Amino acid sequence: MASEIAPPDEINDGLSVGIVQTQFATLFEPPNLLTLESGVKLGPVKVAYETYGELTPEKDNAIFVCHALTGDAHVAGKHSVDSRKPGWWDGLVGPGKALDTTRYFVVCANVLGGCQGTSGPSCVDPETGQPYGLRFPFITVGDIVDVHVALVEKLGISRLLALIGGSLGGMQVLDWVSRYPEMAHAAICLATAAKLSAQGIAFNAVGRRAITTDPQFQHGDYYGSDASKYGEVGPRAGLALARMIAHITYLSEASIERKFGRDLQHSDHLAYDLQSETEFKIESYLHYQGKRFIERFDANSYLYLTRAMDYFDLAQRYGSLRNALGRTDARFLITSYHSDWLFPSSQSREIVSALLETHRHVTYLELESVFGHDSFLLEIKQLEELVTPLLRETYRRIRV
Amino acid sequence: MRRYSVLDPTAALTDRLIMDQIGESSRVIDLGCGDGRLLCRLRDELGCTVQGVELDHAEVIEAISKGMPVIQSDLDRGLKEIPEQSFDYAVLSQTLQQVRHPQELLREMLRIAKRAVILVPNYGHWWIRVQILLHGRAPMTSSLPYDWYNTPNLHFLSMIDFRELCEQMKFKIVVEIPIVRGKAAEQAWAANIRADNALYVLEHA
Repeated sequence: MASEIAPPDEINDGLSVGIVQTQFATLFEPPNLLTLESGVKLGPVKVAYETYGELTPEKDNAIFVCHALTGDAHVAGKHSVDSRKPGWWDGLVGPGKALDTTRYFVVCANVLGGCQGTSGPSCVDPETGQPYGLRFPFITVGDIVDVHVALVEKLGISRLLALIGGSLGGMQVLDWVSRYPEMAHAAICLATAAKLSAQGIAFNAVGRRAITTDPQFQHGDYYGSDASKYGEVGPRAGLALARMIAHITYLSEASIERKFGRDLQHSDHLAYDLQSETEFKIESYLHYQGKRFIERFDANSYLYLTRAMDYFDLAQRYGSLRNALGRTDARFLITSYHSDWLFPSSQSREIVSALLETHRHVTYLELESVFGHDSFLLEIKQLEELVTPLLRETYRRIRV
Repeated sequence: MRRYSVLDPTAALTDRLIMDQIGESSRVIDLGCGDGRLLCRLRDELGCTVQGVELDHAEVIEAISKGMPVIQSDLDRGLKEIPEQSFDYAVLSQTLQQVRHPQELLREMLRIAKRAVILVPNYGHWWIRVQILLHGRAPMTSSLPYDWYNTPNLHFLSMIDFRELCEQMKFKIVVEIPIVRGKAAEQAWAANIRADNALYVLEHA
C-alpha cells in the first residue's frame, strides 16, 4: 500500500521516505454521488493522495495530514531523483521524524476544489467535456473533509491514530472531529481557528478581486486546450498579485525586517525610477513568490478554496463551539504562534476554552517564532518535540 | 527565573496529602503541574479527569510524554481561557508564594473550580524565626533552599497570614492541615510555629 518505490537511503541518509509517487482514487461514482453542503451532488470525484510507511494489520497506525490552502498531497520524499525540492513537510514526515514512517502510516490527499490532482475547477466536467471553470460546484471545508473521509474508508481504515493540519488544514481537522467524533484518537491543530476572522476574509477578498478583475480571467473560462496547463494561461497577473498579498499575511513584521530590511536588490543606491518594480529586496522576493505560484496553482481553485475558508465557522454551524467539539474523545494538541497575526493566538484559545468547557483532553502551547503564520511549516524541531511524544503516548494507549 | 514546580524531597508525601482532599472521578486542574506527576496519580489512582497548566517548556513536554493534557501558560497572566466552574478542584502546590498577584490567582482558582487545594510554605516555622532572630540572616530551610537573591519566592506568609487573607477575601477554609516534614501534623497545637508547610482547601463562603 505504501507508495515508496525506492529505498530511503537512495536519496540521503535514511531520514527521507525516498522516492514517492502520487496515487489516485476515484470516489463517489454514480449513483453514489457526493452531496455537498450546498445540496449539489458531485461525482465521480478523483482524489490525488500519497502514503508513506506501512499500515499495520490492525490498521491502527494511520495519520492523516490535512494540507493548507495551496498545499498538495506531496508531503514528504521526492517524486524523482532529480526533483528540486522534497515534499512540503518533509522535515516532519519520514523515518525517525515526528510522523515516523517506520511506525506510522501517513496519508495526505489534495483537497477537493484544488488543482494538484483532486477534482477541481480545472478538471473536465464529464457532462460537457469542457473544464468546469466556475461551473464547478461551490465547496466548503466540510465537503473537503467528506472526500478525505471517503478516501480513508477506501483505504480500509475506520479509525485514525491522528489528524494533523495547520491553517486551512487545521480547520479540516476541527471539522472532521466535529462531524466524525469517533474517527481520530488525536487531533493536532496548528496555527488555526474555528472560524476565519474578518481580517482573513478581507485579505481573501482582495486576492479574489485581483484574479477576477484580470482581463485574462474571462469568467473563469481561460483554460486552453489542455486544462492541466493552467500555469500558462489565464489571469496570471491577478493570481500572482493575490499570492503576493497573501504571502505578506503569512509572514511577520519582524521576519520581513530580519530577512530583507530595506536592502536593495540590484544596487547600493536608490534609482529614483518608478519603472523599477523590484528595487527593494522585499519587492523582488514577493514578485518571485507570485511568479512561482502561478506556475503551480490554478486561479479558479484559489477562488474556490479561499471562499471555502471564508465560510468556515464551526460555532455558527453547530450552534456553539461546545456543541461542535464536545462529542469527540480525541486528544487535542493545539499550537499557535506568537508572531502569527493572520490566525492570532486568541483564536486558538477560543478552541481551547471550548474544549475545556466540554471536558476534552487538550494540550495548548503558544509557541515563540518570528515566522508569523508560516511558523507551523518552518519550525519543525519545535513541532517535533511536541508531536513525537503525543503520538507515541496516544499509540501506546490504544495498543494496550 | 520563575519556577512553578519546585523540586521537593517530600513531594510524594505532599502529593498524597493533596490527593486525600480530592474525590474520586472528579475534574482536577493542577496549576504549575510540572512534569504531570500528580496528575498522573490522580488519573490512575482516583480516576480523575485531569488538566495541567505549566510554564516551563521542558516540563510541558514531559507532561505530554506522560499523556497528560497541559496548557502552557504563565499564571501571572491569568487563566482567562479556562471557563468558569469547569473543574471540581484547582490545585496549587508550592506556587502561591511565587506568583506576582496571589489574590488574583486565588480568585481565579475559585472562578474555574468549586474548590481550591493550596499548599504553601509556612514562614512562621520556628527555624525561620530562629535564623532571623539569632543570626540576623534571611532564612533558608530544606523546603525553602534559596538564597535571598536567587529565590522564586516573592511572598512570605505564615499560616496566620493566610487565614487572615482568606477571611478578608471571603473564602471559607474547609480544611487546614499543618504539615511537618511532609506529613500532616496529628495535633494542630502551635501549628504556626511547628509546621513547615500547610495545606488548605478553600471554597466560596
